[in-house]
Amino acid sequence: MYPAPFEYHRAASAQDAVALLGKYGDEAKLLAGGQSLLPLMKLRFAQPRHLIDVRRIQGLSGIREEKGMLVVGAATPYATLAASALVQAKLPMLSEAAAQIGDPQVRNMGTLGGSLAHADPAGDLPAVALALAAEIAALGPRGARTVHADDFFVELMTTALAPDELLTEVRFPLPPAGSGGAYEKYPNPASRYALVGVAAQLTVAGGKVTAARVATTGLATKPLRALAVEAALQGKAADAASLAAAAEKATDGLKLRAAAQMPDAYRRSLAVTFTARALTRAAKRAGG
Amino acid sequence: MATQPGNVERLFGKAMKRREDPRFITGRATFTDDIKLPGMTYAVFVRSPLASARIRGIDVAKARAVPGVRAVFTGKDMADGGVKGIPAGWLLPDIKLTDHRPLAVDRVRHVGDAVAVVVAETPYAARDAADLVEVDYEELPAVADAVKALAPGAPQVHENAPGNRCFHWEIGDKAKAEAALKGAAKVVKVSLVNQRLIANAIEPRACAASYSPATDELTLWVTSQNPHVHRLIMGAFVLGIPEHKFRVIAPDVGGGFGSKIFIYPEEVAVSWLTRKLGAPVKWTAERRESFLTDSHGRDHHSQVEMGFDAHGKVAGLRVKTVANLGAYLTLFAPAVPTYLYGTLLNGVYDFPSIFCEVDGVFTHTTPVDAYRGAGRPEACYLLERTMDIAARTLQLDPAELRRRNYIGKDRFPFQTQVALVYDSGNYAPTLERALKMVGYEHFRTSQAEARAKGRYLGLGISTYIEACGIAPSQVVGSLGAQAGLYESGTVRVHPTGKVTVLTGSHSHGQGHETTFAQLVADELSIPIDDVEIVHGDTGRIPFGMGTYGSRSGAVGGTAIHMSLEKLKAKGRRLAAHLLEAAPEDVEFKNGRFSVKGAPDRGKAWAEVTLAAYLAHSMPAGMEPGLEETSFYDPSNFTFPFGTHIAVVEVDIATGRTELLRYVAVDDVGNVINPTIVDGQLHGGIAQGAAQALWEWATYDDNGQLLTGSLMDYGLPRADQLPKFETDRTVTPSPVNPLGVKGAGEAGTIASTPAVANAVLDALSPFGITHLDIPLTPAKVWQAVQDARGKGKG
Repeated sequence: MYPAPFEYHRAASAQDAVALLGKYGDEAKLLAGGQSLLPLMKLRFAQPRHLIDVRRIQGLSGIREEKGMLVVGAATPYATLAASALVQAKLPMLSEAAAQIGDPQVRNMGTLGGSLAHADPAGDLPAVALALAAEIAALGPRGARTVHADDFFVELMTTALAPDELLTEVRFPLPPAGSGGAYEKYPNPASRYALVGVAAQLTVAGGKVTAARVATTGLATKPLRALAVEAALQGKAADAASLAAAAEKATDGLKLRAAAQMPDAYRRSLAVTFTARALTRAAKRAGG
Repeated sequence: MATQPGNVERLFGKAMKRREDPRFITGRATFTDDIKLPGMTYAVFVRSPLASARIRGIDVAKARAVPGVRAVFTGKDMADGGVKGIPAGWLLPDIKLTDHRPLAVDRVRHVGDAVAVVVAETPYAARDAADLVEVDYEELPAVADAVKALAPGAPQVHENAPGNRCFHWEIGDKAKAEAALKGAAKVVKVSLVNQRLIANAIEPRACAASYSPATDELTLWVTSQNPHVHRLIMGAFVLGIPEHKFRVIAPDVGGGFGSKIFIYPEEVAVSWLTRKLGAPVKWTAERRESFLTDSHGRDHHSQVEMGFDAHGKVAGLRVKTVANLGAYLTLFAPAVPTYLYGTLLNGVYDFPSIFCEVDGVFTHTTPVDAYRGAGRPEACYLLERTMDIAARTLQLDPAELRRRNYIGKDRFPFQTQVALVYDSGNYAPTLERALKMVGYEHFRTSQAEARAKGRYLGLGISTYIEACGIAPSQVVGSLGAQAGLYESGTVRVHPTGKVTVLTGSHSHGQGHETTFAQLVADELSIPIDDVEIVHGDTGRIPFGMGTYGSRSGAVGGTAIHMSLEKLKAKGRRLAAHLLEAAPEDVEFKNGRFSVKGAPDRGKAWAEVTLAAYLAHSMPAGMEPGLEETSFYDPSNFTFPFGTHIAVVEVDIATGRTELLRYVAVDDVGNVINPTIVDGQLHGGIAQGAAQALWEWATYDDNGQLLTGSLMDYGLPRADQLPKFETDRTVTPSPVNPLGVKGAGEAGTIASTPAVANAVLDALSPFGITHLDIPLTPAKVWQAVQDARGKGKG
């Protein structure tokens, strides 16, 4: 309930945040919605000496369409993603995943950038970022750079972001016609984190799958692409049998992270079930 | 003016909104943590991370050096200061009592056992310092499971309880039950676990204490369901503070479910510290402390044998239960798995014989005590789950099996095989009504159709009985209670006719400020706004026993009713005097005393109340004033009952259960406020359904609580529950003049078996007879896999 002492800084701009990060180094943590960080601090599992609040930085939140991309500011809350007509129309998987995070209070505070940078192994949006091949923009003392989602999630709660970098925005390429995506989640009944979450994005042409990106969360130490599922889908008919057959490979090569009270066989079975459900809805949205 | 003659609306039975809610929903309530006193200091407790260990030493030097820290005390400091152990409040023959020190002195016996307390000027400093207290533990082997604790060679929790057995308790006729089972056409044998639960009231436990050297009075604000009991036990037995110098206030309390009945170490420590330090001290639990230190509930392992004759009539019942008591005996702990459990095993069925034996067992876990229903849900779950298994064994419809075995409505008062006498009952109509509401006839057809399409629907029935307002005091005293179980009610009429009621009951969500005011306004024909209900303050209220066991309406309400009767009698005598009529010729109707047959000759309520206080003209021998106090000691419990039916769908791919419908037909006697009764039932059903599906306090073999936060412990949420379809039958209780029984725990008691039975009905195509609750998705999925492995389903 009572965190260790810390100093609070409100960054005026992204550059200011980066400067503060540079100044306080390892003793600093960025604060956006605080939905993961503050509980950890209250339990004293995290004890940063300096908190740099980036939530109110002008231009760090908002959603826009630009050059074939849907660009979402890092400080955009889940609730905004869930309610955005633009996101619902262009990337329904993103809005439906955001709508399933936590509860209304969490969704009003928690942010897209915070979720990706925190990289909780059971977070929802990391899997969506992988399936949508998101480009993740960061600003640091060496300037701005972009990291592809495939290279972003390194290990348990570890990303490609350098300690002195600020995640500024996420660019989701808008898929070509004939594409569809879906996010299917089996929440832990207590925490509502994903016991299994599956994000699937398909492009279908002439009844066949021409492109597939599928990612899972909740199973391993980080969100992972289900490469075996993607390979099994490539060039195959977008019909129930093929989708089901591909889904069977949901955990091929995947090393399960330990989960209390949840047998491994059960979690692998859930992964298959929810991959099948995600693929089925994605294919339907793709018009397949 | 409502005190004038006319048709005054009757409030008994009216669905009124709760008068207390505006302050709760606008943030104006006063909870214990809202108590702010000048110079307040803050306590943080240092707790054992180990389930069983010897304390070799405690180094508090670093903690004391933290700026803002006032003091750090250990268990030895408190013991040296004369603080005694916290006693148990219900004794059984040959019971092994525990030395339950507020702060452990040389041994810790569960994770969360407090070993030291830090007091500082801010809660932050106190927490910083608590992290710096260095405790040198010698870890000892631990045992968390009660069945394992009884095994030879198990680690010992208390030296004075060999084999970890706290007590062995029996009820019923052993020889008769054994003979009945031998002679039965069929004996259904079941092994059942009733898992451990954690109450999780929305308001965590808290306490604040302040001492006035000027008056030598200690005031304790505490999240308590029974402040007078807190005062008595803490003052007389633990701290040695004279009762008249000790005031306990339980202000607004945000839920208790039993967990706030007991005397907790933190309350003792804070009361001791405020005198020691000469400053007010406050402590509020963190949620993780609630998980580790609020008394838990349930945790039974039972072996059941239920015999039936050739016609499907119950022939006998034998039950052997191991009850996990945790590391220490808290206030009601010995009574819960015995007199509140074994005595309910007759249920609603006409058993010719019953025998039950219970071993109460110590383990290295958080103490277990009363939790919403307290023993009665354990009994009801055992009976109703076994009934369903029996129905399948006997190839009888579960509704029909119950119907055949109900105690007939002409059998009341009914002497059970396990000591109790049921006051009233008529069980079959609740079943028939619930079956009709749910559409039972059609359900089996739609269930079969759904199964053909790979959908698994299930329906579960439970007919329950509840025992409320445990009484009378003489009887409970003979059974080991160290207290009486009456209630007090003072009605103070002010000169203007306004009324203040002082009740020994305590509301922590029950809505007494509304229901009791309805009773008073009704009897006196005054506006409800003229009635104030005061509770929870030993400085204002006569000795009372508090609220638990669904007792407040039946016991506390009746005490108020008795005082109202006395007041009306006095008012009638006074009015007769003023009207120059004989008292027997004066009637009190619609807020007016008048001479029978001459309604013009009368005095309004407020005229008489003023006359009582002016005392210018009183009947000979009558004292001035208008205030009455009653202590009501009921002649018996009351016994609500009803039938609940759950309809579920189990997703076989995930094992997840969805509650599709929930039908409840309850008989809680006369209903004072239907909205409040519905609210109690809704909350109770949610809690009971959660036990069937989600909630589970589980320890590893080292005594570490694995479900120690809301991240792991599955509390129910609104989006997991269907709309509850409720109805009632009304069989007034003959025990009390209000005819009320109690509704606080009925939902919890009925719903766990209803939901569990529904899930197991859904799983019946797989040949799955029984799974222990909670029926988590993983457990259900695994059972289906196992069944499929055997070629079932």
